[in-house]
Amino acid sequence: MNARTPLLEVRDLSVSFNTEEGTVPAVDGVDFRLHEGEVLAVVGESGSGKSVTATTLMGLTRGPNATISGSASFEGAELLAAGEEELRRIRGNRMAMIFQDPMSSLDPVYRVGDQIVEQIQAHRDTGSAEARERAIELLDAVGIPDAARRADAYPHELSGGMRQRAMIAMALSLEPSLLIADEPTTALDVTIQAQILRLLEDLNRERGLATILITHDLGVVAEVADRILVMYAGKVVEQGTLDEIFYDPQHPYTWGLLGSLTRLDRPRPKRLPQISGSPPSLLALPQGCPFRPRCPHEFSKCTELPPLEARVAEASGQCDRCWLAPEEKREKRVVGGRIGLEAPTA
Amino acid sequence: MSADMTRFVVRRLLSMLLVLFAVSVLVFLIFNVLPNGDPAVRMAGKIPTETQIEAIREEWGFDEPVYVQYATMMKKLFTGETISYFTQQNVNEEIRKGLPRTFALAVGAAIIWMAVAVALGLYSALRAGRISDRFLNVLALIGISMPVFWLGALLLYYLGYKAGIFPNGGYVEFFDDPVQWFWHLVLPWFALSVLFIGFYSRVLRSDVLETMGEDYVRTARAKGLSERRVLLRHVLRNSLIPIVTLWGLDFGAVLGGGAILTETVFNLQGVGQYAADSIGQLDLPPIMAVTMFGAFFIVIFNTVVDIAYAALDPRIRLEGRPTR
Amino acid sequence: MSTSGEHLLEVTDLVKHFPIKSGLLFSRQVDSVRAVDGVDLHVSAGETLGLVGESGSGKSTLCRAVLQLLEPTSGSVRFEGRELVGLRQRRLRPLRREMQMIFQDPYASLNPRRRVGQIVGGPLKLNGIASGVELRRRVEELLDRVGLSPEHHDRFPHEFSGGQRQRIGIARAIALKPKLIVADEPVSALDVSIQAQIVNLLDDLQDELGVAYVFVAHDIGVVRHISDRIAVMHHGKIVEHGDVDQVCERPRDDYTKKLLAAVPVPDPRESRERRQRAGSAPG
Repeated sequence: MNARTPLLEVRDLSVSFNTEEGTVPAVDGVDFRLHEGEVLAVVGESGSGKSVTATTLMGLTRGPNATISGSASFEGAELLAAGEEELRRIRGNRMAMIFQDPMSSLDPVYRVGDQIVEQIQAHRDTGSAEARERAIELLDAVGIPDAARRADAYPHELSGGMRQRAMIAMALSLEPSLLIADEPTTALDVTIQAQILRLLEDLNRERGLATILITHDLGVVAEVADRILVMYAGKVVEQGTLDEIFYDPQHPYTWGLLGSLTRLDRPRPKRLPQISGSPPSLLALPQGCPFRPRCPHEFSKCTELPPLEARVAEASGQCDRCWLAPEEKREKRVVGGRIGLEAPTA
Repeated sequence: MSADMTRFVVRRLLSMLLVLFAVSVLVFLIFNVLPNGDPAVRMAGKIPTETQIEAIREEWGFDEPVYVQYATMMKKLFTGETISYFTQQNVNEEIRKGLPRTFALAVGAAIIWMAVAVALGLYSALRAGRISDRFLNVLALIGISMPVFWLGALLLYYLGYKAGIFPNGGYVEFFDDPVQWFWHLVLPWFALSVLFIGFYSRVLRSDVLETMGEDYVRTARAKGLSERRVLLRHVLRNSLIPIVTLWGLDFGAVLGGGAILTETVFNLQGVGQYAADSIGQLDLPPIMAVTMFGAFFIVIFNTVVDIAYAALDPRIRLEGRPTR
Repeated sequence: MSTSGEHLLEVTDLVKHFPIKSGLLFSRQVDSVRAVDGVDLHVSAGETLGLVGESGSGKSTLCRAVLQLLEPTSGSVRFEGRELVGLRQRRLRPLRREMQMIFQDPYASLNPRRRVGQIVGGPLKLNGIASGVELRRRVEELLDRVGLSPEHHDRFPHEFSGGQRQRIGIARAIALKPKLIVADEPVSALDVSIQAQIVNLLDDLQDELGVAYVFVAHDIGVVRHISDRIAVMHHGKIVEHGDVDQVCERPRDDYTKKLLAAVPVPDPRESRERRQRAGSAPG
């Protein structure tokens, strides 16, 4: 790891919400760094806290019921403590975000081109004609055919893939240094998904655009990510480089996620590898390691929450939250010839 | 106007004409065909003479076949030949005289109630759950619960008659004295608006709250737009769509005769009051004419509202065409 | 194609068009959306036919048309040799016991005002199969079979997670011991780790009950696992069908190839090698 200043440095980020049923610790002590031009994938299922982490960085979770602590330093600015006006200047300008469902994420009553122009004019002193030209340029750059005509379309007149491209174009309009993509392909067909991922990859490569890609699908990540953060029940349970996570994963939850990936180029297993049980309710977290109830390898020490630490000596960037010793992990994670989670008898 | 919109407008106008025709037939049936008894006698009013009845029968063609009767009725109503046999006044004249007053009342009230309701509704939504919101909620409920004639009479009595701040009812022509015209309408406007303000502010409040949770509002914030812009251009713009259509319908209804009570209490001599008087006298020709007039206004406003809705929400325009 | 007597379900040239009406005053049909445009397929007893396609391919419409939840425009659907298309409601009803459906959205497919026991027991009660104590016993048995516990009987759907709700939907579907279950994207809305649980459950139930499945999904990996045969749907037509391993390993149709190529390779090294081999990545 070189010692460049990271573009984004998050330390001990915690977010909890007061609800009628109690306090929900949506994000608990998240640390990570993102360097310029890097792609960080944040992987987790419902309740993992991945989306809340991202929206909190954008300042979208602020409110009377939210308690936010920790620090997030971006291009020298402290995001969590920033005033509304300062945050507004960063949002959409230095740091942009695209969301899961492009149909509901675009205002249905305005034309697509106009929505891009609106973003440009919110941050720059650009005239309407110039802004419109830029909008068309952007739509073209993200691969929308006949961009000039499409700029006058309403969101519902475009297909799902084109809407997502339009959202990406809009996010890039002010050349931010960081793009946060929250499940950008989940609502799309698999062929369109491939195109959008390729687009994100190209943007990352050509413009050096640092990207945080949030997803529940590890498969999607293998082609695009540099580093991966695995989250569970609001906590980071493992993080490392792409190869480290895929080939030397240290946490049983990661093994479970890897195990449940379908490979078309391998013969079908008898039973689809599964992780039994379901993610815990954040209102009633188990004591100690949050994954404990679903983990076939849990033992007595697991009632104490493992700290996020580097346990594999050679790779100091790789951290995890599992008490098992590295040798034990290497042994236990192989199920039926590949990495997986089920107990050997399955 | 885009091709979609043009097609939409033409379609709506054509169907409006059809509906107007149907309404006219319905009015005809209700007044002349369905009830038992002799239509001429009914028309003649309270104290008919034999010659009068005979004359009416001749004039309105009650001996003729139904479709001729219909044609006669339409002709009379629309060419201004309808006479009230009771008051000997030309009905269409009376309606024409009363129209500007009803209009002044309706338009003024509509603007007031919309402006106030949007302001209060938005304010309540932004402070949802807090004391100010709950307080406004109670006010709105009171407003909705107060009968217009009761409120009107109360205001007229205390602020008009007793305190003398406002005039004791009546109407002043605008061109005679604009200030007095305005002053005479303040209480009626208020009385008529209170109900609608209560209702509309609550509807807008819930629309705004719902819209604020929408994904595109989150996107707007993520774009770094100022909160004011997010509220006005994205939240309000979308929340107003259902409100505007309701407003159009209510305005049409008020214009078409819904302001009867207010006009009567304040003695504005508008179309509504004319209708009220005629109903009290069971004077058929004016009642028929006002019904027709009211029904037409409501149909026309329905169409205006449909068109406005399509103008506000582009998704509505694509009827029968696949997206893409 | 084998003779019609053999298959549990035989669909021949099924067509479902939705008319597009336009016109200034009176609506005339100017065109139609060809949601299902001449589909042939068959399912034998106890086997699973996987149906793969993207959005707009018509697979959901096909499911509904087969089960006569939508009236087909033309074509034939034979269940155990009996023709379903054009059959009157009265005659169709007893046949419906043998064909059930599982829906995609676990949050929308369960009546939020009914308790779990009522939802699962509904089919049994409506068909006069059980009532009272016996009904409750059967419902609890069904809940147990799908991995829920009897105490869930009196709870409401909103108290459950997506995966659990889907289990409730499955319990409802198997209540009448149907011969055929059409599952329309049953796992798409669930978390990845839960998807496998539900698929494995369906697999187990098939072994126990001998039920045949039409399993519709857009995720080929999942479909591939549970299916014996697979059909690929595109623009209302079946473009390829056959044994699942054969179609997935040696696809013949271009669209099938495109679909398979689009599935991300969850292996970084493999993915890098593939990209190097392909040179500049094809779109």
